[in-house]
Amino acid sequence: MASDIINLASLAPAYPEIALALGALVLLMIGVFSPRENANMITGVSIGLLVFVAVLVMFDNATGTLFNGAFVVDGFARYMKVLVLLGSAFALILSVSNASENGLNKFEYPVLVVLATLGMMTMVSANDLMSLYVGLELQSLALYVIAAIKRESGRATEAGLKYFVLGALSSGMLLYGASLIYGFTGHTQLDLITQAITVNGRSIGLIFGLVFLLAGVAFKISAVPFHMWTPDVYEGAPTPVTGLFATAPKVAAMALLVRLVMDTFAPISHDWQQIVVFLSIASMVLASFAAIGQKNIKRLIAYSSIGHVGFALVGLSAGTQPGVEGVAIYMAIYITMTVGLFACILSIRTENGFVEEIADMAGLAQTRPFVAAVMAMMLFSLIGLPPLAGFFAKWQVFLAAMEAHLYLLAVIGMLASAVSAYYYLKIVRTMYFDAPVLKFAAVPAELRYVMGLAAFIVVTYFFTLGAPLTSLATAAAGSF
Amino acid sequence: MIISDHILTIVTFLPLLGAAFLLLVPGDTKDATANMRWIALATTLITFVFSLVLWAMFDSSKPGFQFVESADWIGTSIGYRMGVDGISVLFIVLTGLLMPMAILASWESVQTRVREYMIAFLVLETLMIGVFATLDLAMFYIFFEGGLIPMFLIIGIWGGKRRIQASYKFFFYTFTGSVLMLLAIMAMYWQAGTLDISVLLKTRFPPEMQTWLWLAFFASFAVKMPMWPFHRWLPEAHVEAPTAGSVILAAILLKMGGYGFLRFSLPMFPDASAQFSNFIFLISVAAIILTSVIALVQEDMKKLIAYSSVAHMGFVTMGIFAANVHGVQGAIFQMVSHGLVSGALFLCVGVIYDRMHTREIAAYGGLVERMPQYAFAFMIFTMANVGLPGTSGFVGEFLTMIGVFQVNTWVAFGAAFGVIFSAAYALYLYRRVIFGLMEKENLKAILDLNRRELAVLVPLAVLTIFFGFYPAPILDATAASVHALVAQYADSIGSATMALAVQ
Repeated sequence: MASDIINLASLAPAYPEIALALGALVLLMIGVFSPRENANMITGVSIGLLVFVAVLVMFDNATGTLFNGAFVVDGFARYMKVLVLLGSAFALILSVSNASENGLNKFEYPVLVVLATLGMMTMVSANDLMSLYVGLELQSLALYVIAAIKRESGRATEAGLKYFVLGALSSGMLLYGASLIYGFTGHTQLDLITQAITVNGRSIGLIFGLVFLLAGVAFKISAVPFHMWTPDVYEGAPTPVTGLFATAPKVAAMALLVRLVMDTFAPISHDWQQIVVFLSIASMVLASFAAIGQKNIKRLIAYSSIGHVGFALVGLSAGTQPGVEGVAIYMAIYITMTVGLFACILSIRTENGFVEEIADMAGLAQTRPFVAAVMAMMLFSLIGLPPLAGFFAKWQVFLAAMEAHLYLLAVIGMLASAVSAYYYLKIVRTMYFDAPVLKFAAVPAELRYVMGLAAFIVVTYFFTLGAPLTSLATAAAGSF
Repeated sequence: MIISDHILTIVTFLPLLGAAFLLLVPGDTKDATANMRWIALATTLITFVFSLVLWAMFDSSKPGFQFVESADWIGTSIGYRMGVDGISVLFIVLTGLLMPMAILASWESVQTRVREYMIAFLVLETLMIGVFATLDLAMFYIFFEGGLIPMFLIIGIWGGKRRIQASYKFFFYTFTGSVLMLLAIMAMYWQAGTLDISVLLKTRFPPEMQTWLWLAFFASFAVKMPMWPFHRWLPEAHVEAPTAGSVILAAILLKMGGYGFLRFSLPMFPDASAQFSNFIFLISVAAIILTSVIALVQEDMKKLIAYSSVAHMGFVTMGIFAANVHGVQGAIFQMVSHGLVSGALFLCVGVIYDRMHTREIAAYGGLVERMPQYAFAFMIFTMANVGLPGTSGFVGEFLTMIGVFQVNTWVAFGAAFGVIFSAAYALYLYRRVIFGLMEKENLKAILDLNRRELAVLVPLAVLTIFFGFYPAPILDATAASVHALVAQYADSIGSATMALAVQ
């Protein structure tokens, strides 16, 4: 409707996206027309912009549907958007101290991150197959470039290329699925698709479309068997970029998946449930065994993130409101732990650069006790040990699975988490039980703050963030 | 009044406050580490005082929960609920009593990374007291499982040569058992709509569901206890852990399994408990006989005591599932007594380990010549371990055997062999270490107990003898709750058999 464009007040639900888009363009202009040294300033302004928009989303409770039903803002979208924005902001903060070593001291980097975030927010709010695809591609294209932004590094270029080729393939699958769905329902708008399914029932073509669509999304959240790119890209990309990949895009893609299955394909929940259960079991089991042999911490985190997607999907498998609540809590805690973990990894460095081999972290607890303690807390939390935050994330998703009588899934998931404890403990053991070998350099101040914040949230979750976050997630899950 | 309303919260979280203070002590100079030790000791002592206040205010004539605090906490599933009854209150006092001794036992033997060490112990204390003080099943799991983190670090950092393997074994045995219990807890939530233990105790779960829930809880508690054949982690963890770690492990952590059986398995799943009681009797007796025989051939003192712990825990499980007043009271008494005695035995081993740095039995002999006080203390605890009348060990074993005799004579018959074997291995150990000729040159300069060690061992010896002659304080505190528990159990079993008869 033309009046949407003219009447600015009616655009209120999209203000955050508009602010982000305008901000990105302005920052791009400043970057192009100012000296190279200003890259740090642009990073700072970008962080400010992301945080500002996050606050805007938090406190501006405008909801509704815009642009002929292509864009929806509800409680769930707002919750997920805050996570996405904070994830991106923290990923940028992590890059400040090491920008020049990682080739991130270019103004393009923060601008691309802001653009990718815009894409993610569009994904979260997408209510039409077309806006969904546009958001997804905006995010993906920005991230392909970011993966390869350290041009002189062969590994980063390889990572970028792999990410691009496989990502393009998955986008193709997603598009193919979307076209089938359009063909068999006659609509691209998600709520109209739901109506069409309710009226006409399921058809084999629709199921085909659903499978392809979910395969495309599964690639973005790196669920097994669409995970192959993850270890290589995580290892090859500069560490702060890996930190970004492991947080915000996952949240966005997960939000997209939740909206698709819980809302659009709710009438054929039996069909998608099998797919999600399979993705979940495969991710949890494969990740927990494949990570055992890893020696590089970034590869290990790649597998760990695959596993955690599997755990989040346990909640979604239930297909109920408690399940969505579980996913929402899981993603919030997961990005907190991941940000904290990456802050630790970026703090572990010697004169010769960053330490990425786990064996080189020997005795960290004796030379850098703070970093080691925070990292140990993050790892114990990732295992899911109480009283740390990770336990409460698992609690909520498995609670939902038990309510839905998915006993086999729950038992496999729990045993997988016991197996996964092995490789997390391996790092703790190296840091705490082994004698120090390397001399570690001092830790930059802002990383210390990030670590302190993450550790505070993770350790005191039961007393501080637990209750408010859960009520927010309950409200968000109420959107379905 | 704030203290009487929130006494459980205070006792539980006070050690955390001490841990926070430890974080604030600057530097790691000699003075700073001395300060850390004193802070840790003061914290545990104050906690002990509060646990005594709790015991003093506890009204043992009431069977129900006291000092109850209850509020919804995280969502609808996890509540902040505290409360104690006769079954749990003594374990809190026991924890409070043994923690200062554990700190004192590490006074000189732990010299590296003192700050982390003391923090780990104080955090562990909060988690252990929490297990016994909470009335919410989710919080119970949080405390129960949370203890893995500090204990894993204590064994792994300050342990002996094979500490890494031991810490991993400890972690994985316990963790794998517990995750299954976690799923059972969730299933109970959806069945009962709450995880408030006082409500769950009144909930009747369908018999078929009970079987599964019972098995899941069994997976966790049988490993924690540990029951034969799930005990494999224990000897290694005990041997490799530092002295204080072994003390806490034997005296408190093992009791969580017994407490779990008493608090959950028996009253919440009575039908399943009745169904599985013969199975429990079988492995209890197997534990008592087999591990006693295994203990006989050990060459490492700590390993010997570890195996004897498994045997003594066999009496506990046997008594619990006898499900009569004698059996259950005996089980609780045996747990408290074993907490004192096995803790003291590990402290005794620690005393000579600190001097000679070996736990090999063969490395000692004739210690009585140089260490008469030590020989005397060690004798008291050895006799208590054997279960000699006049020591606390006798009362627990005797009551559990009376209890089980009423249910199944053959089980009592089998368990009686354990008493004989325990005399054999304990006296054999005592003879080899304390008596004989002092032939080894390096032993000739060994010193007797110093004041710090006396301060640790004398109270334990006094209590062991005191409860041996006058067990009333413990039995009185538990009586009302145990009677209620047993009556409720008999009632649900009775009604189940009635229902069967009607069918």
